[in-house]
Amino acid sequence: MAWVEVREVHKQYQREKQAITVLDGLSLQIEEGEFVALMGPSGSGKTTLLNLIGGIDSPTSGDISVAGTNIARLSGAELARWRSNTIGYIFQLYNLMPVLTALQNVELPLLLHKMNGAERRKRATFALELVGLGDRLGHYPRQLSGGQEQRVAIARALVSDPKVLLADEPTGDLDRKSGEEVLQLLERLNTEFKKTIVMVTHDPHAAERAHRLVHLDKGVLSA
Amino acid sequence: MFHLVLVNLGRNPLRTLLTLASVTLALFLFCALSGVLDTLQESIKVGSETRLVTRNKVSLIFPMPKSYMQRLQAVDGVKRVAISNWFGGSDPANPRDFFAQFAVDENYIPIYSSDVDIVEWSQLPAGVPAPAGVDPKLAVFETEQTACVVGIKLMEKRGWKLGQQVTVRGTIYPGDWTFTIRGVYKAKKKSFDESSLLFHFSYLEQKGMGGSGQVGIYVLQLADPSRASAVASAIDGMFQTSAPSTRTESEQAFQAGFVSMYGNLPFVLRLVGLAIVFSILLIAANTMMVSMRERTSEFAVLKTLGFTDGAVFGMVVAEAAVITVGGGTIGALAAKFGIEKSGFNMLGFLPSMTVYWSTVFVGIGIALVIGAVSGLIPALQASRLRIVDALRRVE
Repeated sequence: MAWVEVREVHKQYQREKQAITVLDGLSLQIEEGEFVALMGPSGSGKTTLLNLIGGIDSPTSGDISVAGTNIARLSGAELARWRSNTIGYIFQLYNLMPVLTALQNVELPLLLHKMNGAERRKRATFALELVGLGDRLGHYPRQLSGGQEQRVAIARALVSDPKVLLADEPTGDLDRKSGEEVLQLLERLNTEFKKTIVMVTHDPHAAERAHRLVHLDKGVLSA
Repeated sequence: MFHLVLVNLGRNPLRTLLTLASVTLALFLFCALSGVLDTLQESIKVGSETRLVTRNKVSLIFPMPKSYMQRLQAVDGVKRVAISNWFGGSDPANPRDFFAQFAVDENYIPIYSSDVDIVEWSQLPAGVPAPAGVDPKLAVFETEQTACVVGIKLMEKRGWKLGQQVTVRGTIYPGDWTFTIRGVYKAKKKSFDESSLLFHFSYLEQKGMGGSGQVGIYVLQLADPSRASAVASAIDGMFQTSAPSTRTESEQAFQAGFVSMYGNLPFVLRLVGLAIVFSILLIAANTMMVSMRERTSEFAVLKTLGFTDGAVFGMVVAEAAVITVGGGTIGALAAKFGIEKSGFNMLGFLPSMTVYWSTVFVGIGIALVIGAVSGLIPALQASRLRIVDALRRVE
């Protein structure tokens, strides 16, 4: 069985009285340790697919299994617990807590795990050192550049050692140099730490870093 | 997790501080208003179940003949009878700062010897013996017609000294009345008033009543307190056909009746207190709603990280509770200690204002409820937030 398996997934949104189909019977398999880039025009369903794999949205029909768990059958609370153990999510706009330091931001996911404060700090510090921000532990997001903020966000995503990293246009809001640093980091997490990564991107240059490109168009895979 | 709650409260310190201050003020006002009721309740406790008060049956404001004194003294079970008459004067230098004055006879202070101590008194000249049967501490007071005994709180408040002359301008009994302070009393019980001035009834009778022989109330000390009810019935029976007839009741019932003269005041105070609490509930709820709306994307991120709906709900409610319980506790304790320490006396003849601990705890309880209710709707909204909707709204 594949590490991530999407089977015959349909996703429809209701806008006023009109049903809008975003994913139309899509199936996809991703193996453990793969680095996959999802590409396609706006509205093709890439982010929706990423959200479904991450368990922050639910399919209208079909099944999604990640690391052996069929998440379509989990309740809200089970899904939350599953996300904290399985998924690391990287947003395009970083979404760090402005009132928390870099270290505190990275510690956030660990609050959901049984762990004392010292252990939490140790792991968060390690994650920040891994992304090259060991000297920015006490900095607030407003004191960091966009690229640094995204690297804090990556540290936050990987601190709980998730089985899958999901990145939604992680370089979309960055300049070329910072974007390159983030891509190198993701590549390193994939090659050195064997993390399975699914990345949505519009940028062909970013997509080149992935092992496999998956194109979506109008809710289905295209060649 | 609680650290996160505190950090979130600190993100807009001015707003948090202002909300906290409004809750503090509201709970202070609530406890202060309740303190008025507590003080009225406390004033009832002054009255003893073992002392009786005989007054004009029609109303407290009408006097009785002084000639009733001997007949009351003769009733079986009555040990001692004292006269007390409301004077109702004011300080000509400061007429708004009211304090109570009572004209009393020589039996009055001895009847209350279990409730008050004479803590300062003027000494008789060397070699002059105290009159027979008179407490040596009250010897000068008893032998000087214009002497008075003053409560210790009134002494402190006015900065009066023993031996000083004080002038009171009569309203019921016109003219300026000058008294010499010959004794200071201190209450043994917190509930007993320490802000009154007592002077000789004989002086009032002579100067203010033209010897008319009218008395405000009689206070009766009983030989056997267990017979209080029978003695009261016997007295009222004795004066049933007299003009005026009497009403005799325990001192506690008398005080309660006095408090009941305030009519709907307690109801109005409760209503005002609840209105304050309700208005502060709306302010707190509005603050929490605004705060929640500003952080929609953050709640979505927390949920993405794995925080459950329940955890998000708890965090929002906890934020509201910290503000309201914190502010409420400060306000309630400030009312308790601030008001009691100030020794504020509402009417001059009631005990100094008091705020019961039960009122403080009710205040803190109300603050807790305000926190829960004001945080409830924003907490429900935050917990029911769909992650994708919230993120889409932001991006």
